[in-house]
Amino acid sequence: MTTLDTAPVITLPTMSADDIDNLDVTPSRVVRSEWLKMRTLRSTWLTMALAIASVPGIGIAIAWSTANDWLKMRPRERLHFNPLADPLSGFNLAQLAIGVLGVLIVAGEYPAGMIRATLAAVPRRLPVLWAKLGVFTTITLVAMVPVSVFTFFVSQRLLSSRHIQTTWSTPDVARSVIGVGLYLTVAAALAIGLGAIIRNVAGAIGAFAGVILVLPVIASALPQTWGDRINKWLPSNAGQALMSVVSDNTTLSPWRGFAVFSGWALLALVIAAVLLRSRDA
Amino acid sequence: MKIYGDKVAVDDLTFDVKPGIVTGFLGPNGAGKSTTMRMIIGLDAPNRGSVTVNGRPYAEHRAPLHEVGALLEAKAVHNGRSARNHLLVLAATCGISDRRVDELLELVGLTHVASKRVGGFSLGMGQRLGIAAALLGDPATLILDEPVNGLDPEGVLWIRHLLRSLAREGRTIFVSSHLMSEMALTADHLIVIGRGRLIADVSVADFTKHASSDLVYVRTPEAERLRDLLVGPTVHITAVSPGRLEVIGLTSDEIGDLAAANMIPLHELIPHQASLEDAFMSLTHDSVEYQTSEVSS
Ligand SMILES: Nc1ncnc2c1ncn2[C@@H]1O[C@H](COP(=O)(O)OP(=O)(O)OP(=O)(O)O)[C@@H](O)[C@H]1O
Ligand SMILES: [Mg+2]
Repeated sequence: MTTLDTAPVITLPTMSADDIDNLDVTPSRVVRSEWLKMRTLRSTWLTMALAIASVPGIGIAIAWSTANDWLKMRPRERLHFNPLADPLSGFNLAQLAIGVLGVLIVAGEYPAGMIRATLAAVPRRLPVLWAKLGVFTTITLVAMVPVSVFTFFVSQRLLSSRHIQTTWSTPDVARSVIGVGLYLTVAAALAIGLGAIIRNVAGAIGAFAGVILVLPVIASALPQTWGDRINKWLPSNAGQALMSVVSDNTTLSPWRGFAVFSGWALLALVIAAVLLRSRDA
Repeated sequence: MKIYGDKVAVDDLTFDVKPGIVTGFLGPNGAGKSTTMRMIIGLDAPNRGSVTVNGRPYAEHRAPLHEVGALLEAKAVHNGRSARNHLLVLAATCGISDRRVDELLELVGLTHVASKRVGGFSLGMGQRLGIAAALLGDPATLILDEPVNGLDPEGVLWIRHLLRSLAREGRTIFVSSHLMSEMALTADHLIVIGRGRLIADVSVADFTKHASSDLVYVRTPEAERLRDLLVGPTVHITAVSPGRLEVIGLTSDEIGDLAAANMIPLHELIPHQASLEDAFMSLTHDSVEYQTSEVSS
């Protein structure tokens, strides 16, 4: 159009030839992008803060109140108290926070269509899933193992005033305490998988809570002969075997249970990967 | 070919888009423009057939954002993130610097809202952010799905200049629109589809030549005299009302020159503007799916 030959020319900011030659999508760059995505959302900080605070928050409250009331407690109550497991029971809340965050990291990209920008930038797709998984499980592991160990020591300190504490060197205790962090890390992986399969935040959070919390309740209503056989294989029951020091025929052995829990998470991730490759975005 | 349920969205559609020019992509609602564009960058997979960008599927390019930059019809953001962080996140996937992100925010005029959450953006601001995202990787090909959607007149003009400038740099520009008149000003070549099939693959010049009916509207106090001067075997003149003529068969240049030579004052001389839209509608009429029915009284 002749009239437009005199129109203003808009020039793109230029890139150097070196920069242009260096625009490949690499796994480490996708990881950096996913890490940046997580850091730049307020929901990440809030949910992660809840996950981190809930373990010592609940654990220390339990240890402190038990130590305070110990002399007034009835023998039955005292017998019921578990100095290892009870102060660590904050993991129940932490697993929900981590489940919510894991779901948000994947399914949170769908409502406003961010996923299309993501997949246009990384059209091979799977690196996105692995980067989300890698970054989030690393964050969970790095945050939750120390949090669990810290909670253990602080609460044992409080319990020692009544001489009802246990010690790090007692058999199975270290495994159990670190097991809280490991369990939560696998829960993080499961949440990523469910988020990617369901692609809807509310639905995926519901599925996560259903698998982790509701399934064991439903299964416990089964006749005992059935229940004993099925219960221990359910994801959360199997995973929590890693945190327990007692082991009988209603639970799997700690590492076996942990392997089964990891297997469930792996199954979700494999389905997620297949669907991510094949579905339209 | 792309099928959604039992609906064939894009069917046996083959065309090339050339570098150095702006190619307009036109078709009525639901024709399959957005679907075609999503298939080009691999977001939707064709049920049959393949789409290649420079000889291979988009996903197989080492530096996808340098190959194709795309602005899609629907938003592609996370509402909780700021504009700048949105671009930084995408830039990180292929090592684009923070400086370039800031330069592009400047280019699209979003610098002053760079740290605001995208969720609060207007339609036009969202389009500008999408254009910045599309330009991040200095792409050889730019795909824009209705980029002027939601832009103010200044923004529309800016897009037109931007696209023409980018084409002149040798890039391939593929841009969809409903507005034939807008495309006539922006594009050099047109791909027209209807019901997922190719209807026309023509240059804008050819399309305009065939399309316009050469109708010129003239208003003059000496209509009678002008009419006598203009008549000829290939010229058809209608007196719309006293002092007003519609002339078919002569250009506005010819009429104006003739009137000047004979000292006839002209108060209006208007080549028929709507002819492009008319031609587009008649071209796609048979393939319009969502037609408004005429209301008659
Ligand atoms: N995700 C989807 N699921 C089901 N049907 C779809 C989907 N996307 C598009 N379609 C259908 O495919 C056809 C082509 O749609 P498309 O959005 O590509 O048209 P378009 O040319 O971009 O239309 P418009 O001008 O309105 O933007 C339409 O009939 C539409 O209903
Ligand atoms: Mg469309």
